[in-house]
Amino acid sequence: MSRKEFTQVRRDPYSLVVVLFLPLVQILLLGYGARLDANHIPVYVLDQEGSQDSQALLKAFQASPYFDVIKAVDNYHALVRAIDADQCKLGIVIPWNFSERLDDAGRTSVQAIVDGTDDNSAQLAEGYAQAVVATYANNVQLDWFARHGLSQQATIPLSVDYRTWFNEDLESKNFIIPGTVALVMALMGALLSSLTIAREWERGTMEQLIATPVTALEIMVGKLVPYLGIGLADAILCAVFAVGWFGVPFRGGLGAFFLATTLFLIVILGIGYMISVATKSQLGASQYALLVTLLPTSMLSGFAFPIDQMPAPIRAITYLVYSRYYVSALKRIFLSSAGISDLVPEVVAMIIYALVIGFFATRAFHKSLQ
Amino acid sequence: MNDAPSIVVDKLVKRFGAFVAVNQVSFQIRSGEIFGLLGPNGSGKSTTIRMLCGLLNPSSGSATVVGLDVARQAEEVRQHIGYMSQKFSLYNDLTAIENLQFFGGLYGVKGRVLDERIAWAIKMSGLAGSEQLLTGELSGGWKQRLALGCAVLHRPQVLFLDEATAGVDPLSRRQFWELIHEMSREGVTILVTTHYMDEAEYCNRLALIDQGLIVEMGTPTKIKQTAIKGDLLLVECSPLGGGLAAVKQAPGVLEASVFGAALHVVVSTGRQPLTELPAFLAAHDVRVGRIELISPSLEDAFVSLTGSRALGSESYQ
Repeated sequence: MSRKEFTQVRRDPYSLVVVLFLPLVQILLLGYGARLDANHIPVYVLDQEGSQDSQALLKAFQASPYFDVIKAVDNYHALVRAIDADQCKLGIVIPWNFSERLDDAGRTSVQAIVDGTDDNSAQLAEGYAQAVVATYANNVQLDWFARHGLSQQATIPLSVDYRTWFNEDLESKNFIIPGTVALVMALMGALLSSLTIAREWERGTMEQLIATPVTALEIMVGKLVPYLGIGLADAILCAVFAVGWFGVPFRGGLGAFFLATTLFLIVILGIGYMISVATKSQLGASQYALLVTLLPTSMLSGFAFPIDQMPAPIRAITYLVYSRYYVSALKRIFLSSAGISDLVPEVVAMIIYALVIGFFATRAFHKSLQ
Repeated sequence: MNDAPSIVVDKLVKRFGAFVAVNQVSFQIRSGEIFGLLGPNGSGKSTTIRMLCGLLNPSSGSATVVGLDVARQAEEVRQHIGYMSQKFSLYNDLTAIENLQFFGGLYGVKGRVLDERIAWAIKMSGLAGSEQLLTGELSGGWKQRLALGCAVLHRPQVLFLDEATAGVDPLSRRQFWELIHEMSREGVTILVTTHYMDEAEYCNRLALIDQGLIVEMGTPTKIKQTAIKGDLLLVECSPLGGGLAAVKQAPGVLEASVFGAALHVVVSTGRQPLTELPAFLAAHDVRVGRIELISPSLEDAFVSLTGSRALGSESYQ
């Protein structure tokens, strides 16, 4: 049974595409496309003062890897037009009395105009801009202390030292790409397994199959084992790509990776199989399968949208989404050096899921035409 | 042939909702017999065969195959039967030999026995040299013989063939039936369904089935003799439609129907139709060409049996 299924996958160009290219395309698209961090945000500046101080602040923006200062304009309208025309995402306005107020009052402000059409980018731009200004302000303050002979006190009494663990560069690709493995597994597993029983019905071979002494369990296991193998191979492919191409670290244990992936695949394949049994049509089956696997995996698994930031009711729902445990396990396997012992909650959740799905899957199919 | 019944069907009924597909069907088939279920599409032939293979559960009644109850011991029944359905359900994306290996695996045929049986099936189906072709590339006749090979790899005692020759050229059909007869000689019980009258002639015994009911059962010869209650005439005339209408009014005519370009007319025995009919038809503006006594075919028998059922007693008046 398994050998036949494997041979059929090998002979079927559509299945081959699903098995070989989909994972690569997916991980490339998501790896490049779905980055949530912003680099080289285009910036226009309006320096109304043109003093040494204002230039120093603009230099700080130029020096930041997050910003590209493209152009300096000389009036406010030009800046607004540039944002409207999408020539820049951020406009910095330095007021005409910038250095004067800095010296006199020790307090001043700059205006940052942010293009908010893309909420995520806007927030990032705002945050980076604040960081640049804050650094500059610090330096100014230290400078002021120094000039007033207060070098002894020339330390900021309290400062926060950020140190990020596991994704030291806070690069969103490191956050996203491990999750894409889950997405690829869900997509590939669901597509292939949802077709398997439906295909037999559509081609009329199911009747023949039922008339043989082969048991329903043998049919299920025989059909799903090749896909489990293919799924694991694809997982390796994705992992190699994530590490080799995108430079995502892989710090955890291989055993944990394979265990988590196997459990996740059992759940996905079981779901696809049950859908296939229920719909008996390849088209319907693949659509349902994508609906119940890909959608929750991409939206509710924490793959791209952090679960902590979801509203409480939706956060509660995510506990029912099997992918959440796999995505969480994947992130920890890739980024922290998690082994199986560190992933007990995730693994237990997935084992429960696999058992439940497995239980229903074995009962889903009856050898009968009714 | 021995006389122990290999298949016993007793008042078998299958309902789909309000529709009765198989209605109180009973028959027995001896070991080594070729038994045919003959009937039009939708008459309940396939439903009957599917119940016997354990693919469908009977609504009521019972059936045993090699002594095993088809409803309660479906899995055991499947060990002993070969089933070939109308679509020759092979995997078109596997090669001929892969299909054989796959079905061998399903039937639990292993090792050297499997190799022998596959070699036998390849030889039987005439596929030597083409084992590595994808099944989808094979012609209908080859596919059909390959499907037969797959269905009997495990040497079943009973073989079910459900419209197994549909869509295959006449020569391939002949070859196929030679294989069937060979298996029958080896003692395999064979139940076939067909709507080809010529194929029905190959069977040892037949059951004519219409709207879920068995209307006649017996050897092809006996059915032909008993079904036609009179003499059968072939009448060539024009116009054909007018001739049919007129001939039904003629004295002594029991039934009439169009057969190809002529009419088949059943008249009561003892009359003189060869002289009476032409005169009667001429009086009704029908020109008569050839007219002769012929021996009935199964088709005549079938039309006569189902026609009389459908029309009730009117056709006898």
